[in-house]
Amino acid sequence: MVVAAPVFKNAGNRADKAKTAPTKTRLDGSWEDTLSTLLGLGRSAGADFIEFFLERVNYISCLAEDDAITSISPSISTGAGVRVFLGKADCYVSTNDLTFNGLKLALEKALSIMGLQLPGPNAFVPEVYLEPLRDYAVLRGKEDWLENCSSMKEMGDVLLGANDAINKKATHVQSRRASYFRDWQEVLVAASDGVFARDIRLTQSVGYSLLCADGDNRSSINKRVGSTGEPGFLRDWKYDGDAEEVAESAGKMLYADFVESGTYPVIMANEFGGVIFHEACGHLLETTQIERKTTPFMDKKGEKIAHESLTAWDEGVSPNAFGTIDMDDEGMPAQRTLLIENGILKNFISDRAGSVRTGHPRTGSGRRQGYTFGAASRMRNTYIAPGEYKLQELFDSVEKGIYCKKMGGGSVGPTGEFNFAVDEAYLIENGKVTKPLKGATLIGEATEIMQKISMCSEDLGLAAGFCGSISGSVYVTVGQPHLKVDSITVGGR
Amino acid sequence: MLNIDTIASQAKDIAGKLNISKYDVSGSSIDSTSAQVDQGEPKQVKASQRSSVTVRVWNADGTVGITSTSDTDEAGLELALKTAHEASAFGAKDNIPDFSPEATAALADAKHERHDPAPVSTLLEKLVAAEKELLDAHEAIESVPYNGLSQTDTQRFYFNSNGAVRSEGGTYISTYLYTKTAQEGRRPRSAGAYRVAYGLEQLDIDGCIKETAEKTISHLDYEKIESGKYTVVFSPEAFLSLVGAFSNMFNAQSILDNRSLSTAESLGTEVAKSTLSIYDDALHSANVGATTFDGEGTPTRRVPLIEKGVLSGFLHSSGTAKRMGAEPTGHANMGAKITVSPHFYHITGNGEGDQSLSLETADNVVYIDELSALHAGVQALQGSFSLPFDGWLIKNGKKVSVESATVAGDFREVLKAIVQVDKEEKLSPSGVAPHVWVEGLSVTGE
Repeated sequence: MVVAAPVFKNAGNRADKAKTAPTKTRLDGSWEDTLSTLLGLGRSAGADFIEFFLERVNYISCLAEDDAITSISPSISTGAGVRVFLGKADCYVSTNDLTFNGLKLALEKALSIMGLQLPGPNAFVPEVYLEPLRDYAVLRGKEDWLENCSSMKEMGDVLLGANDAINKKATHVQSRRASYFRDWQEVLVAASDGVFARDIRLTQSVGYSLLCADGDNRSSINKRVGSTGEPGFLRDWKYDGDAEEVAESAGKMLYADFVESGTYPVIMANEFGGVIFHEACGHLLETTQIERKTTPFMDKKGEKIAHESLTAWDEGVSPNAFGTIDMDDEGMPAQRTLLIENGILKNFISDRAGSVRTGHPRTGSGRRQGYTFGAASRMRNTYIAPGEYKLQELFDSVEKGIYCKKMGGGSVGPTGEFNFAVDEAYLIENGKVTKPLKGATLIGEATEIMQKISMCSEDLGLAAGFCGSISGSVYVTVGQPHLKVDSITVGGR
Repeated sequence: MLNIDTIASQAKDIAGKLNISKYDVSGSSIDSTSAQVDQGEPKQVKASQRSSVTVRVWNADGTVGITSTSDTDEAGLELALKTAHEASAFGAKDNIPDFSPEATAALADAKHERHDPAPVSTLLEKLVAAEKELLDAHEAIESVPYNGLSQTDTQRFYFNSNGAVRSEGGTYISTYLYTKTAQEGRRPRSAGAYRVAYGLEQLDIDGCIKETAEKTISHLDYEKIESGKYTVVFSPEAFLSLVGAFSNMFNAQSILDNRSLSTAESLGTEVAKSTLSIYDDALHSANVGATTFDGEGTPTRRVPLIEKGVLSGFLHSSGTAKRMGAEPTGHANMGAKITVSPHFYHITGNGEGDQSLSLETADNVVYIDELSALHAGVQALQGSFSLPFDGWLIKNGKKVSVESATVAGDFREVLKAIVQVDKEEKLSPSGVAPHVWVEGLSVTGE
């Protein structure tokens, strides 16, 4: 909350204290004086709202190629961003310099961009009282996460073991890679409405990339799994199952025929199959799209936008899921947001700027890759809810169609047209999965496809993913049960 | 901006304290400002000042560790050197990288300009005017949802414990404009354009507006396209996108990793029609982001990749060059594992070959202006692609916008199915190229 009184002149003792910068090796309550003073300066300059976002990152990646560790790459970074609102317009300035003067310079630059100036030396500076620090790192016992993660040696040992496992299960191997990364992030948010919150996030992921070749036939299969908040994730990775799955897929796709282009009924597998909903619908429910008027759903709240069999959620609370966050990057606790219920649009995904500009309430979805980005409305764990059908019932309903077992990436354009690559596909003939197919791309238009998802099975599955958009790359979960799309254009040869 | 002499001096002192005798450092400092507008009003302005360095350390056993940091003060540098030294214990035992043998060789002269940044108010004025002009260009243009004007001042450097020191920098400014249309009973359509220059006074904003408006209007009347095999004309930008997506074909590191469409033995083989030549040329006069040295300090140069249809060269780091008995080419990116990537393609037909095909007289030919979703629709290790595109079907020289379609094929087959490489070359952000005609590609529409 912004408090206009009491005020103090020349920033008083508190401002003097604030100029002695707290340690940048820990972002905690010791930053209160510094940040509340800077927020007060921003308010006195005439800004409607000011927010500071401070970040420390300790990142490491490790790569095993065939039987050797070829890369261990640590990265350490610190930085801060300040966002200033004047009416509905805003600007964002980021810096590596976490000294008081460095942050003040960033604030001054942001204010000047908005046509505002810092107050003179004798001006009254309204103090901004910050709430008692909401410290999710302490509340949820995250302080020792980093030290409990795998050592460099353990990373190497696990990845070499994983690469050995896939070598034993696959045939015609040309290249095999196992990779791992650990992203430890400490964030502190302070804003002129009194928000003062700290969190530690720990995101880890392992993946396989297998290339097989036999003469002119080639197949490449990738698989990635991820987790948040589990320091022992890597050492607990049961890679045998993943190795078997990847090897089997690569073997089947090695001799696959190209799919014949056309319009087909399609059954999409669960887990990463959810990327279609993420791209074709989820992005269009972000308030950044409403601001740009690039979503066909902008004025459809309360209306039917999808088949009545479809209910969908976006949330940040599933334990250890890749998109789970205790608070968003604007300090708001994560929540569970119902997007679509039985085909009816219920809510949008909103951050602070989106809420200011569109009127839709914030949903704890203000996210960013790091301090160089202002937060924006972004998805977290997004999935279609399970339905009532048995899996076989979906297949039984298809005479000739395509089973999309493993989706690749995809994208949606400003007019709602989307496309998705299919990494592993099979022909369905009379309800049975028959020959493998390669080279398929699913093409459609968001408003149309949502009406054609006619059957959802009971087997909801989630998968880790990376989502790139206006505020950088963020960790997300996509998911769905197996589902049937009545007809969709499939690009092929 | 970072002071390279200060950082080099600090690194030397810290390395001495930590008993590190061999190290190198690559880094950059970037100061940027960008603006967006919405319906005549400023929407968001962003500014950032950021620096980062990557340090490599060789330990007493000769293995290498690396660490990157954005914390470029003395304490940050010390932590980075310590962490890199710790990581070096787990460094690769085979093919250990070394300093580039060309890290102190003379650098080419390249065009670098440094312009004073324009005031944010000027950026916003220019962008508001551009948006208005586009909205006035046709009643169907409802908005310009994606727009931006950004200016960047960069400095990059490299130095090592053997005394090599490199640095360079400059400014550039770019703009993009992307429209969206709304017409009763019609699908929304969109189109865009991009321009880049050293400074605002050189930036062709009018050209960007004109191109965006013309493209948008040309897409208003659209038709479905029948699926089938077509002769396809790739715009310079589209063909450059396709070449970039399959750049592993020229990448020596990918070849050594068995993750390329080429092998070491492919050199000298015919991989394309003889009318096609492809070079990578960081120093090309049209390259606004020209760099004179790579992440290992090796000078950049013009490298023939395909000359008259024959695979003529690969892109190398110092390590790949040593392993393959070649010269470094200045394409290395510093990392725990050195990677290799292209700078700026120059695709040309050298003015040779049949030039009888013309867009003015073409019939039943698909013109691909822009390829989309390359991150999803390209199987780079298999050579295949299936990509959505913006473009037109040309019937008797008349362009009709294609509603929604994909083009699919195999990159190696595309190179051999080229039927014409036009003489006229055009600049785009990733290089310079002419229109390229390819026969027999699969297009999926309805």
